Amino acid sequence: MSGTLMKFSNLVKSNYNGIYASIASNGQICFYSTTPPGTPPAQTKTKFGPLADEDRIFTNLYGKHDWRLKGALKRGDWYKTKEILLKGSDWIINEVKTSGLRGRGGAGFPSGMKWSFMNKPGDGRPKYLVVNADEGEPGTCKDREIMRHDPHKLVEGCLIAGRAMGAKAAYIYIRGEFYNEASNMQVAIAEAYQAGLLGKDACGSGYDFDVFMHRGAGAYICGEETALIESIEGKQGKPRLKPPFPADVGVFGCPTTVTNVETVAVAPTICRRGGVWFASFGRTRNSGTKLFNISGHVNTPCTVEEEMSIPLKQLIEIHAGGVIGGWDNLLAVIPGGSSTPLIPKNVCEDVLMDFDGLVAAQTSLGTAAVIVMNKQTDIVKAIARLIMFYKHESCGQCTPCREGINWMNKIMYRFVDGNAKPAEIDMIWELSKQIEGHTICALGDGAAWPVQGLIRHFRPELERRMQEFQKQQCAASN
Amino acid sequence: MLRSSLIKVLNGAKVSPKHVCVTFRAASDVAKKPEKIEVFIDDQPVLVDPGTTVLQAAAQVGVEIPRFCYHERLAVAGNCRMCLVEVEKSPKPVAACAMPVMKGWRIKTNSDMTKKAREGVMEFLLVNHPLDCPICDQGGECDLQDQSMAFGSDRSRFTDIQFSGKRAVEDKDLGPLIKTVMTRCIHCTRCIRFASEVAGIDDLGTTGRGSDMQIGTYVEKFFMSELSGNVIDLCPVGALTSKPYSFTARPWEIRKIDSIDVFDAVGSNIVVSTRTNEVLRILPRVNEEINEEWLADKSRFAYDGLKRQRLITPMLRDNKNELTPVDWEAVLLTVCKVLQQAGPNVAAIAGGMADAETLVAVKDLLNRLGSELTCTEHVFPMDGSGTDLRSSYLLNNKISGAEEADAILLIGTNPRFEAPLLNSRLRKTYLHNEAQIAVIGPKVDLTYEYEHLGNNATAICNVLNDNCPFSSTLKNAKKPLIIVGADLLKRADGAAILSLVQSIAAQTCNKVEGWKVLNILHKVASQVAALDIGYTPGVSKIREAKPKALILIGADEGAINKEDLPEDCFIIYQGHHGDLGACMADAVLPGAAYTEKQATYVNTEGRAQQTLVAVSPPGLAKEDWKIIRALSEIVGHKLPYDNLNEIRDRLDEVAPHLTRYGEVEGANYFKQAAQLLQEDEEKTLDDSPIDLKIKELQDYFMTDSISRASPTMAKCVQAVLKQKESKY
Repeated sequence: MSGTLMKFSNLVKSNYNGIYASIASNGQICFYSTTPPGTPPAQTKTKFGPLADEDRIFTNLYGKHDWRLKGALKRGDWYKTKEILLKGSDWIINEVKTSGLRGRGGAGFPSGMKWSFMNKPGDGRPKYLVVNADEGEPGTCKDREIMRHDPHKLVEGCLIAGRAMGAKAAYIYIRGEFYNEASNMQVAIAEAYQAGLLGKDACGSGYDFDVFMHRGAGAYICGEETALIESIEGKQGKPRLKPPFPADVGVFGCPTTVTNVETVAVAPTICRRGGVWFASFGRTRNSGTKLFNISGHVNTPCTVEEEMSIPLKQLIEIHAGGVIGGWDNLLAVIPGGSSTPLIPKNVCEDVLMDFDGLVAAQTSLGTAAVIVMNKQTDIVKAIARLIMFYKHESCGQCTPCREGINWMNKIMYRFVDGNAKPAEIDMIWELSKQIEGHTICALGDGAAWPVQGLIRHFRPELERRMQEFQKQQCAASN
Repeated sequence: MLRSSLIKVLNGAKVSPKHVCVTFRAASDVAKKPEKIEVFIDDQPVLVDPGTTVLQAAAQVGVEIPRFCYHERLAVAGNCRMCLVEVEKSPKPVAACAMPVMKGWRIKTNSDMTKKAREGVMEFLLVNHPLDCPICDQGGECDLQDQSMAFGSDRSRFTDIQFSGKRAVEDKDLGPLIKTVMTRCIHCTRCIRFASEVAGIDDLGTTGRGSDMQIGTYVEKFFMSELSGNVIDLCPVGALTSKPYSFTARPWEIRKIDSIDVFDAVGSNIVVSTRTNEVLRILPRVNEEINEEWLADKSRFAYDGLKRQRLITPMLRDNKNELTPVDWEAVLLTVCKVLQQAGPNVAAIAGGMADAETLVAVKDLLNRLGSELTCTEHVFPMDGSGTDLRSSYLLNNKISGAEEADAILLIGTNPRFEAPLLNSRLRKTYLHNEAQIAVIGPKVDLTYEYEHLGNNATAICNVLNDNCPFSSTLKNAKKPLIIVGADLLKRADGAAILSLVQSIAAQTCNKVEGWKVLNILHKVASQVAALDIGYTPGVSKIREAKPKALILIGADEGAINKEDLPEDCFIIYQGHHGDLGACMADAVLPGAAYTEKQATYVNTEGRAQQTLVAVSPPGLAKEDWKIIRALSEIVGHKLPYDNLNEIRDRLDEVAPHLTRYGEVEGANYFKQAAQLLQEDEEKTLDDSPIDLKIKELQDYFMTDSISRASPTMAKCVQAVLKQKESKY
């Protein structure tokens, strides 16, 4: 699930209260009176996207070129990596902070700040970077494209991000189903070692850094950062309690940062082209470019790199060839992967695809996996199927998630037929609220939100089905 | 293994995140006291140490937060979510059991948000919990029942009961002690954590995910532990219940009597549940100094042996050489005649379950008859100071003291089966205190890793002479501990070994005030009291003396048999079970078992405790000391006590600590004991391998007259043997 479900409140505890206050209040950012270093410049643009070709970071997204080291060098990867490394950890973190990069796994935590948590005075334990490549969120397919077509971006990103946080090694936890991607990654890592880009004295910078791959076994929950850590350690992938946070006690008991593939992969380009360049895309606090996955009822489903804050309608029309049956045939869109609440057509008209824009629409950017559903969709069944997925993937550790999602799943499938009473709509809403925020990890939240989205926007449809079912029952008994 | 080897690699690092709270707590004791922080529980201010959890802080002001998975003696799991409470300014409720408090937090344990969270969790827990309380053995003492009354909703809205029903889970076979009804399980994982942390067997775990998650052993397997019964107490619902107790009684029907366990020398505190003069079950009672809140399986389940093979009437051997029931008058007169004829040629042997009152009465009687031959079945070397100095035969450092040790040497003992609850302390020390443990003796599974130094006396010499790496570990340790088993001292060279061990203990300089290095672990409950009263350990003297009459006080271990005694020796057996002793007896005086008398026992630490009368003795059986008292009157040497208080005054005269219940009377004459032993003539060491009586689990269950009569224990032995044949 690639960290989609890792919410703000999970990450930020009172240690970082000041930061929390300044970011978490939706959209209303209150900057410090004197701008501290590493603050992204304010955005002056008002129109976002389409992205110009020269501004693309992932230049081999479609695998049209050589993905191996030779091709990667041609595209500018590993260019002056040594110099970046030599500029030191503070410089890299400052550049990432300036870029305004927010975690691409879904929670959108500011990356520069997250990485800087690792630079507390050490106690002798090694530090680790863990790259979350367990991309399991239904609808999401961005990390896969990076790993199979541009693996060197990720390998170089590991080195730079690792340097920024003083990590000894990076573990790439890759989803078990990604066989070819794992294979390509492994080749890329081997190439980098052979070329002296990794290992002892990486890139000749005097910095020792290793990258290891760990293949998962196909559990969605292993994309949750602490479950992923457990899984790397060889245990059952069950999320840990926080605190202690991975930055204190992570993989093998050492300070660890878990980041998404895309976050790490864009770091080298940010360092080369400058944080200010990256911050020039998208609205303030939502800066940068982003991989969008558009799937569902569109003419040409695709993964595309676009500027943040691009309007959803524009994104679908330009890159995905429009909704099947035309824009007017649109029913709803799930904007950020399966765990985000859906938004109906009227909201889709003018919503901007960035963190704040979608939060304002009572949903979330998540992994930016846009699932488009046109009017031929059985929307209730679609959401029910998603809940079935969460029911199947719940680890079973804590009560609300284990019991609650199973129960919601039963109710949702009755809703598909309409075999329920209208009062149960309020009940399932309450159940989803009883799950949300009461669990160890955020899988429970991710299962609750789609149901809440459905009820928020499609309550009349649910009620209509129930009435129809009643009528049928009456007719059958007469 | 819970103790990660990484801890050693990463010096000072706090690893094993699931147990971080435990480590933090332990660490905070050692480090200089950090400043306390103030938090508010329902607006009540309280000062707590940093790292205290919300739940602990609330407990300090007397606010109990409901919980299922949290247990103070187990690692924090935080998965039941019942303990969610609101913290001001936090958008979500926090899990009180796992969340350390921060300065100034305002915790609301009774707010709407908290109540709603609890109600929600309660509803979810009940969704798949069967409503079979009327046929559930946990009914009446069920956490789920109680908490759903207190915190749950007053009505159900589980509409799906009409469509798909509830989850059902196949029951597991965990052996003859634990009955499972897995459909009732709420997945709190207490049993798993107990098994892997305290019992030290990693057999229990979860399989499956989400609502298909199950607790079990994956392949069907007997719960191979001597502490398995504790999961029954830990289970907050009726998923794990006691098999022998199943469908026997409801908790409100039974009478509960506090008592003491006598199956080993630990002296665990127990509660005996009775109804209509029958022992229905035995549960542990919290005593932090001794058994915490655990109880070993033999102590918990062997009670059904109290109803079998009992001696319920006095018996005399008739001319057909058969024991025939007679009345008390007949047997007492016969015995009296025998004793009068024997005069000073009378001896007594005390068995492992004899109480202090009886011991002192028998000794007084024999002394009056002019005999000094009062012995115990279990041997202890009498060379040097022998049993004159208490410190030579006690577990001087106390059971709870074992927790602080940092280097432990076990010599000729298998604490796992000789004293399971001491072993659980040692395991705790191993896990949380990083203790280095070494063993001299047979290689046995102790549930923790140890260094095996050898299996003979040479290995002990090696430790003394710095010939092995562990000796420096022991000598450099801040709190070293040496535990010597009673089995080892039984040997002919027991005194030589004891002398060696005393020298090793003397070498480890005492760095901590009050810390005692040398410890003896006894196997039976009566031994320390018997030695305190002045019994001679071992029966060799009796063999030499060839007495005309021999009184066996529950001596069933076959320390002496008919061939050792002169042909005309009259054997009187006084005890509660028809076991080895009664078989060879000419007269049988039926006594009371430990649940049937108010009696004093001194455990291996030297702590006097008393049992209380839970049920009355069966048939014509009487309390033991009273039989001796009656006999003394007929014999003509009337003992000067008529009731319990008076005999306790006599105990107090002999050794005042015998009536100071609950307290340990320390002893500290190690130097003198060592000197006296060394002054003795040269002792020869026998280099044959050290042997133990109980090496494996199947040897543990049936070790004395009560457990040998217990069908449950027999089933346990069978189950273990069967499991050993299985390839899993």
